[in-house]
Order: sequence, then C-alpha cells, then structure tokens
Amino acid sequence: MENTNLKKLLDGINVQADWIGLRQVFESTTYRIIRDDKPQANQRDATNGIMIEVLVNGQFGYYGVNSFDPARIQAAAEKAVRQAQLASKYSIHSFTDKVRPTAIGKYQSPYEKSQALMSAGDLNDILMMGCAKLNVSDKIVSRSAFARLVDCQSNFVSTNGSDVEQKYTIISCDFTATAQDGPIIQKRTDHGMLARSYQAGMEVFDESEILERCEKIGNQSAELLSADECPTETTSLVLSPDQMLLQIHESVGHALEIDRILGDERNYAGWSFVRLEDFGNLQYGSKLMNITFDPTVENQLASYGFDDGGMKAEKEYIVSNGLLVRGLGGMESQTRSGIPGVANFRSSSWNRAPIDRMANLNLEPGDSSFDDIIGSVENGVYMESNRSWSIDDYRNKFQFGCEYGKLIENGKLTKTLRNPNYRAITNPFWNSLKMVGNRDTFGIYGTPYCGKGEPNQVIRVGHASPLALFENIEIFGGA
Amino acid sequence: MENNFYQVGEKLVQQLVNDEKLKISFGAESSQFIRFNGAKVRQTGLVDDAVLAMELISGKRTTSGSITVSGNVEQDYQNALDELLRLRNDVSQLPEDPFIVEPENLGSSREEHTGKLPNPENCLEDIIPPFNRVDMSGILASGKIMQGNMNSVGQKHWFATDTFSLDYSLITPTEKMVKATYAGTKWDNDDYKAFVGKSIEKLELMQLPSKRIEPGEYRTFIASAGVADILRMFSWGGTSEAAIQQGESAFCKMRNEKIKLSEMFSLSEDFRNGTVPRFNANGETAPELLQIIEKGELVNTLISTRTAKEYNKTSNFASGGEGFRSPVMAGGSLNEDDVLSKLGTGVYLSNLHYLNWSDQIGGRITGMTRYACFWVEDGKIVAPIENMRFDDSLYSFFGDNLEAVTDRVRMNPEVGTYEGRELGGTFCPGILLSSFALTL
Repeated sequence: MENTNLKKLLDGINVQADWIGLRQVFESTTYRIIRDDKPQANQRDATNGIMIEVLVNGQFGYYGVNSFDPARIQAAAEKAVRQAQLASKYSIHSFTDKVRPTAIGKYQSPYEKSQALMSAGDLNDILMMGCAKLNVSDKIVSRSAFARLVDCQSNFVSTNGSDVEQKYTIISCDFTATAQDGPIIQKRTDHGMLARSYQAGMEVFDESEILERCEKIGNQSAELLSADECPTETTSLVLSPDQMLLQIHESVGHALEIDRILGDERNYAGWSFVRLEDFGNLQYGSKLMNITFDPTVENQLASYGFDDGGMKAEKEYIVSNGLLVRGLGGMESQTRSGIPGVANFRSSSWNRAPIDRMANLNLEPGDSSFDDIIGSVENGVYMESNRSWSIDDYRNKFQFGCEYGKLIENGKLTKTLRNPNYRAITNPFWNSLKMVGNRDTFGIYGTPYCGKGEPNQVIRVGHASPLALFENIEIFGGA
Repeated sequence: MENNFYQVGEKLVQQLVNDEKLKISFGAESSQFIRFNGAKVRQTGLVDDAVLAMELISGKRTTSGSITVSGNVEQDYQNALDELLRLRNDVSQLPEDPFIVEPENLGSSREEHTGKLPNPENCLEDIIPPFNRVDMSGILASGKIMQGNMNSVGQKHWFATDTFSLDYSLITPTEKMVKATYAGTKWDNDDYKAFVGKSIEKLELMQLPSKRIEPGEYRTFIASAGVADILRMFSWGGTSEAAIQQGESAFCKMRNEKIKLSEMFSLSEDFRNGTVPRFNANGETAPELLQIIEKGELVNTLISTRTAKEYNKTSNFASGGEGFRSPVMAGGSLNEDDVLSKLGTGVYLSNLHYLNWSDQIGGRITGMTRYACFWVEDGKIVAPIENMRFDDSLYSFFGDNLEAVTDRVRMNPEVGTYEGRELGGTFCPGILLSSFALTL
C-alpha cells in the first residue's frame, strides 16, 4: 500500500466543518482459477483511494477520491462540505460527532503463512492438482478449482483524534464438479459457492486436505445423478452449517439491520418485518435460538477491531433464548432509533459511505450431538450446501435450495436426494427450531458477496452455526 | 481523461519486450449520490473513481490486473508500469493457456454523449418538492461515465456519456409501495415534475385494503419492469455458450433437447439504442444486432472469443461473462390499454423481487411479487395483493403458458452501482400468462 501520511493530509485540510474524517482503503483481490485442467483466470484487481467525510450542520457529506494529492483532497473536502450544507436543509436526522467516537488501535487478521510465501506458480499447481482429482468418472463434464486472495489495509483518522489501522489477509477457495447423465445435470461444490472464506493465510492450501475434499466433491456430484428427487412434503428438516450460513444471513441478519428497519433500504433491498418496538419483546425463535454478533472469532471472515465510524467491535447477543434483544446497527442507527446496536457501520471500500452491515453473525452451539439430532428424526430430510436463495423485501417468505440431501428414516441417514429445496416464513420457522447441535457440529463459513445499499456495496460476512433441526417445514424437489 | 488514458497506454506499449502483447481497458466515473428516506436526505456525497486494467500476453501465457488511476499522467504511468512489471513476473510462472485471445486491430471507435445533469448546487430544490410530503425512499446517481479500450496493435475505443437516474419508491402510510425511475441524459424539470405526479397517482390505487391470495396457479400479467427482472436472470447461467457447454445454463434444454419456447417470444442483443458501448474488454466490436431467441427457438448464444476457441465456435464478440449488455425483447400485439380486460380475472404484477434460479437446469426461477401488484376481477383492479412467492419455469411462462405480449416495448434502465454505475437498460414488453405458479 502507498505510504500515505493520513494525519498530515488531515492536518492540511482547511474547511469549516464540525468534524472531518479520512479513511484510506487499499485492497487487492487476486483470482486464480483452473477449469478442466486449463488456466481460466489469473487476475489481480487493486483499488486504492480515500473517503473524506465531513459533518456540517448535523449532516454528513462525503467525497470518495482516487488521489492522494493534497490539492485534490482539499478540493474534495470543500465539495463534501458544500454537499453537507446543501443537504442539511433536508436532513433526516441531525447528528453530532458523538456518532464518530474517538478510536485508537490496530487490528491484524490472523494467518500462519503469508500470501507472499506461495508463488503464483505453486498456487496454480495446487489448483491444477485439485482440479484433476475432481475427475472421478466419465460422468464429470466440468471441473474447477478456485482461489481468491485478498490483501486489505484500512486506515482511519479524524479531527477528534481517531487513529485506526486494520489489516486483513483473506482467502476463499472452492472446488466444483458438474456431472451429467443425459438430461440430468448436477453440480457439487466445497460447501456452497465460496462458503470457505476465512481470515487466514496460505496454510489453507493444504494439499492432502484438498485432494480428500476434491475426491468427495467429484464422487458426490456423480452420486447425485442417480439420486432420488427430493420429495414434496412437510416434514422435519435438518440443516448443515453450510446451509445455515444462508438461513442466518437472509432471515436473521438482514432482518435486524437497524437502517433497514428505519426504512433506508426500502427502495432496494427492502424493509423488515421487525419493528423498533419488537426489541426486547419479540420471540424471534425457539428458546434454543441464540444469535451473536461476534467480531472476535479467530479466522472468521468478518472479524475486525473497529467499524468504519470508529466504534470498537465487541461480541453481543442479538437473540437470546429466542428473544430479540439487540439490533445490527452502528452509532448513527442507534442514535436515530434509540435501539442498542453493535459496531457494524461498515463500508465496502473508500468509494462508498458506511451503512449498517451484518458482519460475523452466528448461531451459538447447543447440546445435541450429530447422532442425537439425526437419531431423533423418524421421517425427515437432511440438507447440505446452499445453491439458491431468495427472500421477500420484509425478510419473511424465503426459499432456499441446496446441493445435496439425505433422507432420514427411523433416525438414520439413508438415500441421497437431489435438488433439495425448502420454503417457509421467518418467524414461524425459527420458532420451529427443535434441536441445536453442539460444538462438535459447529462449522464456520462466510461469503465475500453480501450486497446492499444505495449506491450498492458488496461486503464480506461470516456465519458460523451448528447443525439444526426444524419441524414441519415444506420441502420439495426440482422442476 | 481520454487523452490521459491514451498517453499512459502508449507509454506502456513502448515498454513491451520480446513477444509480449497488451490489452488495456479503462473505466471511470465522476458521480454524485444522494440517498433519500422519507423524502429527506439520508446520505449525500460524490465519488471520483478510475480503473486501468491490463491483460499481458507473453507467448502462450496470460495474466491480468487492474489499478486505480487518478488522472495525473505521470503518477498513473508510474503505477501502471509497476503493475506491468508485476504482471511480467506473474505470467512467467503460469501454466500455458491454449485459449488466449490475441489483440487485433479491427478498427477504432469513439462516441461521446453530453447531457444536462441535475446541478449539484440546487438539485435538491428540484427533486424533493414535487413529492409533496409523500414518503419516498430512493437514490439520485448522476454524472459522467467513461469507458475506453486500446491494445498494443493500435486499436482504440472510447465511450463517454453523461447520465442520471433517480430511482425511487413511494410508500403509503399502510406500507404499500410503487416504484419509478426517472432516468436519462437530459434533466428536464417540468418533465420530472409530471413524471413524479404520475407515480403519486399510481400510489393512490395502493391505498385500497390488501387481499391475501392462496398459493396456486393464476392467470397473470407481468408488466415490463417485472419481465426485465426475469430477462436479467438470463445473463447468469442462460445466454452464455460456455455455461451451456459446462452444464450450467438454463438454456441447456433448448440446446440439448431441442425444446422450443413460444413463437411469441423473441429476444436479441441489440445495440441500436446506443445506450452502451459495443466494444468489449478485448476491444472487439459486437454486431449491432444478434438474435438470441427467435420465435421461441434458440438461434444464437453469446460467445466470447475465448469460448469460441475452446469449443470450436464462431465468436460474436460477447463480453467475457457472456451476459447481455443490451437486451431487447420483441413486442407483440396486445395493446397495453387492453391488458386488464384480456387478463380477466387474475393477478397483475408490476415488479418482481430477489429472483434466483431454484432449478437452473429446469429453467425454474423463484422470487417475490413486489410494489404495485393487484388482484383483478373481470378486467377491473379490485385490490393490491399481499406479497407472494412465485416459482415457475421459463419453459412454462415463455412456453405454452405465454398467451400474449404487449405491443409497447419499454426501457428499464440499469441503476446498479456495485462495481460502478451501470449503463443501458433492458427493453421489453409486458407478458400475459394463462398460468403462473404462486407458491407461498
């Protein structure tokens, strides 16, 4: 990252404002993809710029600028001030600098082996090896091995003394096999598209582990060709952690972002069925449901030290024994709503203003083992690995599809099922949560691609969960 | 910016050694964003962003990269040269790629469209008052967008346009909503006021009490905006030749089983509306018009040159992702004024929300109804409906269940801003269906 003295730039700005902040972000994203044993992509995209934020007459204005030239920064600050002044006549809320608390500190995401220690050639070799291993039968028509490496540094300074430096090394990888037999085509990935996304280093690319996973993925894609179609019925549903990833994300995370509840997203991603008066009162799910906002989980994708408004990031319960207790909103939303929130005022980069974004949002483990849960089901279905997701603009009616299913008969996993899907409504669904797996069933996953906001932003989120059993859920198969 | 781009690019080309070849793309915007909630300002700001992307080809190996550029030629050239050196180091380590697309010089192009954008100094005075205290949530995105392309064999392309969109929703006190987008290249305040007035009139219909309908199959009309949402899905595992070859396309059944859709359904990639550039990241110029589905038959897919090499096809110079850049669905014979009477009793859907493939190979799409959706009886709007989930296959709703297509083709502008402000839009009519599955 360019050696920019942000404090010097900040000191050099000469405008009339109640508060000024500078947030520089450098982020490089490297893709290495092998498909069918040939290189599909070797690409690195790097972005580097500064967001100047000012507070004038209770209104924030911003200018995201692609330059570190002091003259450009000064001009940008002047325009941000002017934007804020003009808008302050129509502000939805008059803020003070209390929503930008002074933050001083550093965060470094954990890793064992830095990205610099594995060459492009070596990584391509590992991916090539994994891709070859996916080719388990002549039914496999396409295979791919995918690595996404992110190196990110974010620095933040402000006129009320903030000085934060946060560095992230992030790895995502995925292996995919598509099998075909006549008109039947089935695809299997490594726990769902890019679900294996972590704050980690190149230690993730362990050859023997990769070979083992790829063999399983290839075999399961072929297995699905002759599997039964998922039945259409209302039944017991057991979801693996790599599907709980999307379940938590769509029907808990987005529903509880306070800026959504306040109506900011109504023109795009939508609203929420949750109202401000529900906090402290709404039984969101069964008493087994405990959801935490947890930016402290080691290696989880969206761990950090401070949000982009300077609030220190700490673990908080959002849903406790099924009761909704706290919202997912940073200082601005907490001020506007009067609801307790968390440090989740986040931006995707230097060219977007922060908004409320879920980060690490997890279902806490319970007491039941894998065998306890499956053993308790007389008739039901087990589903793994999300492949399709959709929910309404109030976060109520959802539908998910998975890659791989198993019938549960008399407490045992029996036949493999293809095209397993289910649909339900959020509040009754979470209140049908009947068993929660213990820490042995816990899986940590994430996605780099959560979209929200106007203008739009993609941000990374982490979701960890144990195995979970839900009762009386509508399931169905393919077209 | 155009001259800066070419200066930096030409200097980079001079640095190439041996058999190296280079393709360079440029994308930039200078944008104003104002976000609204309750017809008040939630967030306001500006963004200047510019990206220079390069693909380096060295023998049978290739690698690519992009960096932010500032508009300062010397600084940008230095940063770009550092990037070129990184690419050179990277490419030497990579496996050979048999499907490299070499740069060619098939001719250059230049288009520049100037407009009349909302004035940042007083746009709020124009934008807010016509809403007259109606609850509004939305975003103004306005400014210049620039795209360029050049390569080491002398080809150059440039496209720049002023463009704006005010994409908004109006909300009643009982939380019913209508959607509208005022977009273009020339802001006209009188036209804008009239546009907002019409959207407020539409909101009046939403004041009626809602009706809950049960899951089932219904006669349905989907308006142009909803059809546009469906057609956008085709850019994600639909039109791509590579996706069909790799078993990841909803169009596989049309190719492999020769299934045909309704003769009333024709869909093309059509650049004649001039809202997006025709050149892609390779600097290739797509044909002005390419029929994809003609009277229900899949006659072409979108084929990039890379895919053409891999599968022994003929390139039609699609983008790398082989999705639509300028989709146009042909109109039909149903007069828009007759839609309700022809619908009779059923569901009128103005917009859809959060679509996804629920069974991609089966062509099945799920999503939600949203905004001004109504229950219609005997050709008359009776009530807005509570939102419903749909889950139905394109082989049905663009197949035997397609009863009619409206004569008027409307432009649904792209208002996405994920990696930058998007250009263009989806041109399509509305569709009348004899049956459509609402599931929850």
